[in-house]
Amino acid sequence: MKPIALILTLAAALPFSAHAVTYQQIQADQSAITFAYQQMGVAMDGKFSRFTAQLNFDPANPAAAKTTIDVDLASIDTGSAEGDEEVAGKTWFNTAAFPTARFMASSVKALGEHRYEVTGPLTIKGKTQDIVVPATFTAQGQTGVFAGGFTLRRADFAIGEGSWAAFDVVANEVQIQFRITANAGE
Amino acid sequence: MTTHYTATAKTLHWLMALLLFGLLALGFYMQGLPLSPQKLQLYSWHKWAGVTVFLLVLFRLAWRVTHRPPALPDAMPKVMQLAAHAGHALLYLLMIAIPLSGWLMSSAKGFQTVWFGILPIPDLVDKNKELGDLLQTVHESLNWLFIVVIAGHVGAALKHHFIDKDDILTRMLPAHPTDK
Repeated sequence: MKPIALILTLAAALPFSAHAVTYQQIQADQSAITFAYQQMGVAMDGKFSRFTAQLNFDPANPAAAKTTIDVDLASIDTGSAEGDEEVAGKTWFNTAAFPTARFMASSVKALGEHRYEVTGPLTIKGKTQDIVVPATFTAQGQTGVFAGGFTLRRADFAIGEGSWAAFDVVANEVQIQFRITANAGE
Repeated sequence: MTTHYTATAKTLHWLMALLLFGLLALGFYMQGLPLSPQKLQLYSWHKWAGVTVFLLVLFRLAWRVTHRPPALPDAMPKVMQLAAHAGHALLYLLMIAIPLSGWLMSSAKGFQTVWFGILPIPDLVDKNKELGDLLQTVHESLNWLFIVVIAGHVGAALKHHFIDKDDILTRMLPAHPTDK
Protein backbone atom coordinates (compact mmCIF):
# COMPACT_ATOMS: atom_id res chain seq x y z
CA MET A 1 0.00 0.00 0.00
CA LYS A 2 1.31 3.44 -0.88
CA PRO A 3 1.97 5.70 2.12
CA ILE A 4 -0.67 8.19 1.05
CA ALA A 5 -3.30 5.48 0.73
CA LEU A 6 -2.37 4.17 4.14
CA ILE A 7 -2.86 7.58 5.72
CA LEU A 8 -6.22 8.00 3.99
CA THR A 9 -7.34 4.60 5.17
CA LEU A 10 -6.30 5.34 8.72
CA ALA A 11 -7.94 8.76 8.62
CA ALA A 12 -11.16 7.21 7.49
CA ALA A 13 -10.98 4.44 10.04
CA LEU A 14 -9.99 6.53 13.07
CA PRO A 15 -13.20 8.41 13.75
CA PHE A 16 -15.10 5.19 13.29
CA SER A 17 -12.92 3.25 15.69
CA ALA A 18 -13.16 6.09 18.22
CA HIS A 19 -16.94 5.77 18.17
CA ALA A 20 -17.27 2.03 17.98
CA VAL A 21 -17.18 1.86 21.74
CA THR A 22 -19.92 0.86 24.09
CA TYR A 23 -20.22 2.88 27.27
CA GLN A 24 -21.61 0.68 29.99
CA GLN A 25 -19.61 0.93 33.21
CA ILE A 26 -21.25 3.63 35.28
CA GLN A 27 -18.98 5.74 37.51
CA ALA A 28 -21.15 6.35 40.57
CA ASP A 29 -18.90 9.02 42.08
CA GLN A 30 -19.07 11.08 38.90
CA SER A 31 -22.78 10.66 38.35
CA ALA A 32 -25.68 12.55 39.88
CA ILE A 33 -29.45 12.64 39.81
CA THR A 34 -30.88 15.85 41.18
CA PHE A 35 -34.30 17.45 41.37
CA ALA A 36 -35.65 20.96 41.77
CA TYR A 37 -39.08 22.34 42.54
CA GLN A 38 -40.88 25.35 43.93
CA GLN A 39 -42.21 25.53 47.47
CA MET A 40 -44.38 28.62 47.99
CA GLY A 41 -42.27 30.49 45.48
CA VAL A 42 -39.00 29.27 46.98
CA ALA A 43 -36.65 27.34 44.70
CA MET A 44 -35.77 24.05 46.38
CA ASP A 45 -33.48 21.28 45.28
CA GLY A 46 -32.23 17.90 46.33
CA LYS A 47 -30.65 14.73 45.06
CA PHE A 48 -30.69 10.97 45.11
CA SER A 49 -27.39 9.56 46.25
CA ARG A 50 -27.94 5.90 45.28
CA PHE A 51 -28.88 4.67 41.85
CA THR A 52 -27.71 2.04 39.45
CA ALA A 53 -27.67 2.18 35.71
CA GLN A 54 -27.34 -0.56 33.16
CA LEU A 55 -26.07 1.15 30.08
CA ASN A 56 -25.28 -0.19 26.72
CA PHE A 57 -24.69 2.73 24.47
CA ASP A 58 -22.74 2.88 21.25
CA PRO A 59 -22.80 6.41 19.81
CA ALA A 60 -22.44 4.88 16.35
CA ASN A 61 -25.62 2.93 16.82
CA PRO A 62 -27.85 4.79 19.29
CA ALA A 63 -31.00 2.98 18.17
CA ALA A 64 -29.61 -0.22 19.69
CA ALA A 65 -29.00 1.41 23.06
CA LYS A 66 -30.30 -0.33 26.12
CA THR A 67 -30.57 1.61 29.31
CA THR A 68 -32.17 0.94 32.64
CA ILE A 69 -31.77 3.35 35.52
CA ASP A 70 -32.92 2.33 39.00
CA VAL A 71 -33.08 4.99 41.66
CA ASP A 72 -33.10 4.01 45.31
CA LEU A 73 -35.82 6.37 46.52
CA ALA A 74 -34.82 6.02 50.17
CA SER A 75 -31.49 7.65 49.28
CA ILE A 76 -33.23 10.98 48.74
CA ASP A 77 -31.70 14.11 50.20
CA THR A 78 -34.36 16.82 50.44
CA GLY A 79 -32.12 19.10 52.45
CA SER A 80 -33.54 18.25 55.87
CA ALA A 81 -33.80 15.03 57.88
CA GLU A 82 -37.45 15.83 58.58
CA GLY A 83 -38.12 16.12 54.85
CA ASP A 84 -36.26 12.89 54.01
CA GLU A 85 -38.33 11.01 56.56
CA GLU A 86 -41.58 12.54 55.32
CA VAL A 87 -41.10 11.69 51.64
CA ALA A 88 -40.26 8.06 52.45
CA GLY A 89 -43.75 7.76 53.93
CA LYS A 90 -46.93 6.44 52.37
CA THR A 91 -48.26 9.73 51.02
CA TRP A 92 -45.03 10.41 49.11
CA PHE A 93 -42.86 7.57 47.73
CA ASN A 94 -44.00 4.83 50.11
CA THR A 95 -40.49 3.38 49.87
CA ALA A 96 -41.47 0.37 52.01
CA ALA A 97 -43.71 -0.86 49.19
CA PHE A 98 -42.01 0.82 46.22
CA PRO A 99 -38.30 1.19 46.98
CA THR A 100 -37.10 2.07 43.49
CA ALA A 101 -37.99 4.27 40.58
CA ARG A 102 -37.11 2.77 37.22
CA PHE A 103 -36.56 4.32 33.82
CA MET A 104 -36.05 2.12 30.78
CA ALA A 105 -35.04 3.65 27.50
CA SER A 106 -37.08 2.01 24.78
CA SER A 107 -35.95 4.32 22.00
CA VAL A 108 -32.94 6.54 21.52
CA LYS A 109 -33.07 8.91 18.58
CA ALA A 110 -29.98 10.80 17.46
CA LEU A 111 -30.70 14.48 16.83
CA GLY A 112 -27.16 15.38 15.83
CA GLU A 113 -24.53 17.47 17.61
CA HIS A 114 -24.30 14.98 20.50
CA ARG A 115 -27.99 15.43 21.20
CA TYR A 116 -30.41 12.56 21.61
CA GLU A 117 -34.04 12.05 22.39
CA VAL A 118 -34.55 9.20 24.82
CA THR A 119 -38.04 7.79 25.21
CA GLY A 120 -39.26 5.15 27.57
CA PRO A 121 -41.40 4.18 30.53
CA LEU A 122 -40.76 5.70 33.93
CA THR A 123 -42.19 3.76 36.86
CA ILE A 124 -42.58 5.30 40.29
CA LYS A 125 -44.84 4.08 43.08
CA GLY A 126 -46.41 1.45 40.84
CA LYS A 127 -47.42 3.97 38.21
CA THR A 128 -45.89 3.98 34.75
CA GLN A 129 -45.77 6.79 32.23
CA ASP A 130 -43.85 7.16 29.01
CA ILE A 131 -41.52 10.12 29.14
CA VAL A 132 -39.37 11.87 26.58
CA VAL A 133 -35.98 12.98 27.82
CA PRO A 134 -33.69 15.23 25.79
CA ALA A 135 -30.12 14.25 26.57
CA THR A 136 -26.60 14.87 25.41
CA PHE A 137 -23.75 12.45 25.21
CA THR A 138 -20.16 13.60 25.15
CA ALA A 139 -17.23 11.24 25.08
CA GLN A 140 -13.71 11.94 26.19
CA GLY A 141 -11.57 8.98 25.45
CA GLN A 142 -12.87 6.03 27.41
CA THR A 143 -15.28 8.12 29.43
CA GLY A 144 -18.71 9.21 28.27
CA VAL A 145 -21.10 11.57 29.98
CA PHE A 146 -24.86 11.42 29.54
CA ALA A 147 -26.61 14.56 30.73
CA GLY A 148 -30.18 15.67 30.47
CA GLY A 149 -33.35 16.42 32.26
CA PHE A 150 -37.10 16.46 32.10
CA THR A 151 -40.03 17.80 34.03
CA LEU A 152 -42.01 15.33 36.06
CA ARG A 153 -45.48 16.10 37.35
CA ARG A 154 -45.56 14.50 40.77
CA ALA A 155 -49.35 14.06 40.65
CA ASP A 156 -48.91 11.65 37.70
CA PHE A 157 -47.19 9.26 40.08
CA ALA A 158 -49.19 10.03 43.23
CA ILE A 159 -46.09 11.52 44.85
CA GLY A 160 -47.55 13.60 47.65
CA GLU A 161 -51.06 12.47 48.42
CA GLY A 162 -53.64 13.56 50.96
CA SER A 163 -52.87 16.98 52.42
CA TRP A 164 -49.84 17.26 50.12
CA ALA A 165 -51.87 16.73 46.96
CA ALA A 166 -52.60 20.43 46.45
CA PHE A 167 -49.92 22.36 44.61
CA ASP A 168 -50.12 25.62 46.58
CA VAL A 169 -47.29 24.63 48.90
CA VAL A 170 -45.29 22.06 46.93
CA ALA A 171 -45.52 22.61 43.18
CA ASN A 172 -46.61 19.80 40.85
CA GLU A 173 -43.71 20.26 38.44
CA VAL A 174 -40.41 18.78 39.51
CA GLN A 175 -37.36 19.30 37.30
CA ILE A 176 -35.19 16.19 37.19
CA GLN A 177 -31.59 16.53 36.06
CA PHE A 178 -29.15 13.72 35.58
CA ARG A 179 -25.52 13.36 34.72
CA ILE A 180 -24.25 9.84 34.31
CA THR A 181 -20.63 9.12 33.64
CA ALA A 182 -19.84 5.76 32.12
CA ASN A 183 -16.63 4.12 31.05
CA ALA A 184 -16.27 2.17 27.89
CA GLY A 185 -16.54 -1.56 28.27
CA GLU A 186 -14.72 -4.16 26.23
CA MET B 1 -40.73 70.97 74.40
CA THR B 2 -42.58 68.02 72.95
CA THR B 3 -44.47 65.92 75.44
CA HIS B 4 -45.77 63.30 73.06
CA TYR B 5 -44.70 60.96 70.29
CA THR B 6 -45.64 61.76 66.70
CA ALA B 7 -48.65 59.96 65.24
CA THR B 8 -46.24 58.08 62.95
CA ALA B 9 -44.13 56.92 65.88
CA LYS B 10 -47.26 55.75 67.72
CA THR B 11 -48.62 53.94 64.68
CA LEU B 12 -45.29 52.19 64.15
CA HIS B 13 -45.02 51.29 67.82
CA TRP B 14 -48.45 49.65 68.07
CA LEU B 15 -48.41 48.09 64.60
CA MET B 16 -45.06 46.49 65.37
CA ALA B 17 -46.18 45.46 68.85
CA LEU B 18 -49.04 43.58 67.20
CA LEU B 19 -46.84 42.04 64.47
CA LEU B 20 -44.09 41.08 66.90
CA PHE B 21 -46.55 39.45 69.28
CA GLY B 22 -47.96 37.47 66.34
CA LEU B 23 -44.48 36.55 65.10
CA LEU B 24 -43.37 35.34 68.52
CA ALA B 25 -46.51 33.27 69.04
CA LEU B 26 -46.36 31.83 65.52
CA GLY B 27 -42.64 31.12 65.81
CA PHE B 28 -42.96 29.14 69.02
CA TYR B 29 -46.11 27.36 67.80
CA MET B 30 -44.91 26.31 64.34
CA GLN B 31 -41.58 24.81 65.34
CA GLY B 32 -43.23 22.02 67.30
CA LEU B 33 -45.57 20.96 64.49
CA PRO B 34 -45.04 17.74 62.55
CA LEU B 35 -44.11 18.31 58.92
CA SER B 36 -47.21 19.15 56.89
CA PRO B 37 -48.21 21.59 54.14
CA GLN B 38 -49.66 23.77 56.89
CA LYS B 39 -46.34 23.86 58.72
CA LEU B 40 -44.49 24.89 55.55
CA GLN B 41 -47.14 27.55 54.96
CA LEU B 42 -46.77 28.89 58.51
CA TYR B 43 -42.98 29.03 58.14
CA SER B 44 -43.37 31.02 54.93
CA TRP B 45 -45.81 33.42 56.57
CA HIS B 46 -43.50 33.82 59.56
CA LYS B 47 -40.61 34.66 57.24
CA TRP B 48 -42.69 37.08 55.15
CA ALA B 49 -43.90 38.86 58.31
CA GLY B 50 -40.33 38.87 59.65
CA VAL B 51 -39.01 40.61 56.55
CA THR B 52 -41.89 43.08 56.77
CA VAL B 53 -41.13 43.88 60.41
CA PHE B 54 -37.43 44.22 59.63
CA LEU B 55 -38.23 46.85 56.98
CA LEU B 56 -40.59 48.59 59.41
CA VAL B 57 -37.81 48.66 62.02
CA LEU B 58 -35.46 50.33 59.55
CA PHE B 59 -38.10 52.93 58.74
CA ARG B 60 -38.84 53.37 62.43
CA LEU B 61 -35.17 53.87 63.25
CA ALA B 62 -34.89 56.49 60.51
CA TRP B 63 -37.97 58.20 61.93
CA ARG B 64 -36.58 57.97 65.45
CA VAL B 65 -33.29 59.70 64.61
CA THR B 66 -35.04 62.46 62.67
CA HIS B 67 -37.85 63.03 65.20
CA ARG B 68 -36.71 63.58 68.74
CA PRO B 69 -38.91 61.68 71.17
CA PRO B 70 -40.27 63.48 74.23
CA ALA B 71 -37.84 63.71 77.10
CA LEU B 72 -38.22 61.52 80.17
CA PRO B 73 -39.71 63.23 83.25
CA ASP B 74 -37.24 65.27 85.30
CA ALA B 75 -38.47 63.46 88.38
CA MET B 76 -36.93 60.23 87.08
CA PRO B 77 -33.58 59.41 88.70
CA LYS B 78 -30.67 59.60 86.28
CA VAL B 79 -29.92 55.91 86.66
CA MET B 80 -33.52 55.01 85.77
CA GLN B 81 -33.36 57.30 82.73
CA LEU B 82 -30.19 55.54 81.69
CA ALA B 83 -31.86 52.16 82.18
CA ALA B 84 -34.84 53.30 80.07
CA HIS B 85 -32.57 54.39 77.21
CA ALA B 86 -30.55 51.19 77.45
CA GLY B 87 -33.75 49.13 77.39
CA HIS B 88 -35.02 50.93 74.28
CA ALA B 89 -31.64 50.52 72.59
CA LEU B 90 -31.74 46.81 73.38
CA LEU B 91 -35.26 46.52 71.94
CA TYR B 92 -34.11 48.13 68.68
CA LEU B 93 -31.00 45.97 68.61
CA LEU B 94 -33.07 42.81 69.02
CA MET B 95 -35.62 43.95 66.43
CA ILE B 96 -32.69 44.14 63.99
CA ALA B 97 -30.74 41.08 65.15
CA ILE B 98 -33.68 38.66 65.34
CA PRO B 99 -34.85 38.97 61.72
CA LEU B 100 -31.22 38.95 60.56
CA SER B 101 -30.55 35.71 62.46
CA GLY B 102 -33.76 34.21 61.03
CA TRP B 103 -32.78 35.20 57.50
CA LEU B 104 -29.28 33.75 57.84
CA MET B 105 -30.66 30.62 59.50
CA SER B 106 -33.06 30.07 56.60
CA SER B 107 -30.21 30.38 54.11
CA ALA B 108 -27.93 28.05 56.09
CA LYS B 109 -30.75 25.50 56.29
CA GLY B 110 -31.23 25.72 52.52
CA PHE B 111 -34.62 27.44 52.52
CA GLN B 112 -34.27 30.75 50.77
CA THR B 113 -36.55 33.55 51.91
CA VAL B 114 -38.82 34.75 49.12
CA TRP B 115 -40.86 37.71 50.36
CA PHE B 116 -44.56 36.95 49.80
CA GLY B 117 -43.42 34.20 47.47
CA ILE B 118 -42.41 36.83 44.92
CA LEU B 119 -39.28 38.72 45.90
CA PRO B 120 -36.25 36.50 46.57
CA ILE B 121 -34.03 37.78 49.37
CA PRO B 122 -30.44 36.82 48.60
CA ASP B 123 -28.76 34.05 50.59
CA LEU B 124 -25.79 35.60 52.37
CA VAL B 125 -24.50 32.24 53.55
CA ASP B 126 -24.36 28.89 51.80
CA LYS B 127 -26.23 25.84 52.95
CA ASN B 128 -24.42 24.44 55.96
CA LYS B 129 -26.07 22.19 58.53
CA GLU B 130 -23.84 23.11 61.49
CA LEU B 131 -24.20 26.81 60.79
CA GLY B 132 -27.97 26.34 60.37
CA ASP B 133 -28.27 24.62 63.75
CA LEU B 134 -26.11 27.28 65.39
CA LEU B 135 -28.19 30.11 63.90
CA GLN B 136 -31.36 28.35 65.03
CA THR B 137 -30.03 28.42 68.61
CA VAL B 138 -29.08 32.08 68.15
CA HIS B 139 -32.54 32.94 66.74
CA GLU B 140 -34.30 31.14 69.61
CA SER B 141 -32.05 32.58 72.33
CA LEU B 142 -32.45 36.12 71.01
CA ASN B 143 -36.21 35.65 71.06
CA TRP B 144 -36.17 34.48 74.67
CA LEU B 145 -34.11 37.56 75.52
CA PHE B 146 -36.58 39.66 73.50
CA ILE B 147 -39.49 38.28 75.55
CA VAL B 148 -37.67 39.20 78.76
CA VAL B 149 -36.91 42.73 77.54
CA ILE B 150 -40.49 43.19 76.27
CA ALA B 151 -41.77 42.07 79.69
CA GLY B 152 -39.50 44.68 81.27
CA HIS B 153 -40.72 47.30 78.76
CA VAL B 154 -44.41 46.59 79.49
CA GLY B 155 -43.76 46.34 83.22
CA ALA B 156 -41.94 49.68 83.25
CA ALA B 157 -44.73 51.38 81.27
CA LEU B 158 -47.34 50.06 83.72
CA LYS B 159 -45.22 51.09 86.70
CA HIS B 160 -44.94 54.62 85.30
CA HIS B 161 -48.70 54.77 84.79
CA PHE B 162 -49.99 53.21 87.98
CA ILE B 163 -47.24 53.88 90.53
CA ASP B 164 -45.37 56.97 89.36
CA LYS B 165 -48.59 58.30 87.79
CA ASP B 166 -46.69 60.13 85.04
CA ASP B 167 -47.50 60.39 81.32
CA ILE B 168 -44.95 57.85 80.04
CA LEU B 169 -47.64 55.37 78.99
CA THR B 170 -50.33 57.80 77.86
CA ARG B 171 -48.00 59.75 75.58
CA MET B 172 -47.67 56.60 73.45
CA LEU B 173 -51.44 56.02 73.39
CA PRO B 174 -53.52 57.08 70.39
CA ALA B 175 -55.70 60.20 70.33
CA HIS B 176 -53.43 62.31 72.46
CA PRO B 177 -55.01 65.78 72.43
CA THR B 178 -51.79 67.39 71.19
CA ASP B 179 -51.17 64.88 68.40
CA LYS B 180 -50.00 66.26 65.14
